[in-house]
Amino acid sequence: MIPLLAQDKASIAGPEPLLRVSDLRAGYEPGIPIVNGATITVAPSEIVVVLGPNGAGKSTLIKAIAGLVPIHSGSVHLDGEDITHLPAHLMVRRGLAFVPQTENVFTLMSVEDNLLVAGGILPAATKSARIEEVYGFFPDLARQRRLLAGRLSGGQRQMLAAARALMVSPKVLMLDEPSAGLSPKLVELVFSRLADIRREGVTIVLVEQNARAALAIADRAYVLVEGRNRYEGIARDLWDDPVVAELYLGGAHRGRPTADAP
Amino acid sequence: MNLQFIVDGILTGSIIGLGAIGVTLTYSILRFSNFAHGELISWGAYAALAISGILGWLVGGSGDAIGPLSFGWNLIIAGLIAMLFTGALALVLDLILFRHLRKANAITVVMASFGASMALRSLLEFIFTSQPTYFNRELQISMRLGLGIRVTPDQLALVGLTGFLVLAMHLLLTRTQTGRAMRAVSENPALSRVVGIDVEMIVRVTWILGGALACASGVMVGILVQIRPYMGFDLLLPLFAAAILGGIGSVPGALIGGLIVGLAEAGAVPLIGAQWRAAVAFLLLLGVLLIRPTGLFGRRE
Repeated sequence: MIPLLAQDKASIAGPEPLLRVSDLRAGYEPGIPIVNGATITVAPSEIVVVLGPNGAGKSTLIKAIAGLVPIHSGSVHLDGEDITHLPAHLMVRRGLAFVPQTENVFTLMSVEDNLLVAGGILPAATKSARIEEVYGFFPDLARQRRLLAGRLSGGQRQMLAAARALMVSPKVLMLDEPSAGLSPKLVELVFSRLADIRREGVTIVLVEQNARAALAIADRAYVLVEGRNRYEGIARDLWDDPVVAELYLGGAHRGRPTADAP
Repeated sequence: MNLQFIVDGILTGSIIGLGAIGVTLTYSILRFSNFAHGELISWGAYAALAISGILGWLVGGSGDAIGPLSFGWNLIIAGLIAMLFTGALALVLDLILFRHLRKANAITVVMASFGASMALRSLLEFIFTSQPTYFNRELQISMRLGLGIRVTPDQLALVGLTGFLVLAMHLLLTRTQTGRAMRAVSENPALSRVVGIDVEMIVRVTWILGGALACASGVMVGILVQIRPYMGFDLLLPLFAAAILGGIGSVPGALIGGLIVGLAEAGAVPLIGAQWRAAVAFLLLLGVLLIRPTGLFGRRE
């Protein structure tokens, strides 16, 4: 793996990104693309955030990559392999894990069963060891392993959803608005956990409305408008660009990005 | 009041419960009411009859009965093969019919299951005629348990078999990866795909399990009562009453629902007469739908 620094823009366009989404067109109905020519590259160990106004197709884009929305044209490559039309349930086997925005845990199953069911593709011998590793990373969940996931608080549910995705030791972790519905304090907590997960070597792609919190931990960002790329660049630069901030980041331009609650 | 109805109720309840497990699994994983499930019960019984006939022909004679039971290893082996056969039949039904209706609305699928029910039943009448038949016609001496209750060895063995099958199903659902995946699909099919579950595979497992348990239920009816093409169809209403009473999706609930329906039916016979027996299941079903639509062990959707 070539160590890539996010600041080094030339190397990002280098030969082998971990995830490469090229000119993707996708949508639920044939002939009505919601994502209309999006291109994204993600280098190993990067955190990349996809921003944009409501209805820009951010969520559809990430679901199309995960195999949940039909792709009309374009391609998705993971680690050099074409996964464009791979069925959703085979994505985790290739190393691509996805955390949906809502209903992202099985509420009628215990915390532990949620992790076990996600570890279904692991060999039985390594499964329990992996669960303990994941618990080591999320000690709160370890204490509540027998609890029904439906009884967890909103923040803990997001943690469980992320923990569930990490069960399969993915190359790329994709999250659809992990901050949705959380208090500013919890948003801060969830995002700092994402930064920790990246430090473990997991590459992260997330879609966010909360530009402030996301840009604080991201290396690079894309702004999607009407289903296609409008701006892309280093997270910090994007934040400092007044036009981008005013138009597409919800006018939340208040100085340097931090994960702190205002 | 004679307490004999308790034994009859538990036996009817076991038969209904085993069938209701299939109904409840199909409903929670495929999301439709399968009105052809009764025919899996009938086909299971006829399959066991035909296979035990073939086995008897192969080994010469139908084999000796085991101890005080009316049947021998011949029928037990035939029953096991018939469970596999009925599971496979359910799978074939899915392949040629229901698979093509996954995206259709619920009414379409339910109507299709009605059509499948009629077709399967007619085919059974065509092959085996509508004349009732039996695994064997020997009379069993019943044992007195006191309080005016009598049971035959067959009845005891079959209640034991039901307990074993329900326990096995419960352990499968709670302790194995396949079971966890089935619970996952019944709660959230989209998330199931995201976590790497092959939903179509789970659908196939569901059909096989439902078919196999329906067959066990049919063989029980065959041993205790008789075998006829309408035997499963006549159980359809009690099956649904039991599945809804127990709470859709709950395997222990289906058995307990079955036992309640069975006991209520059997209890109604000495009280209000055998001709009203079938109405009891219907009244229970109505009552549950009005008072507690999610059933005893049901969960909110």
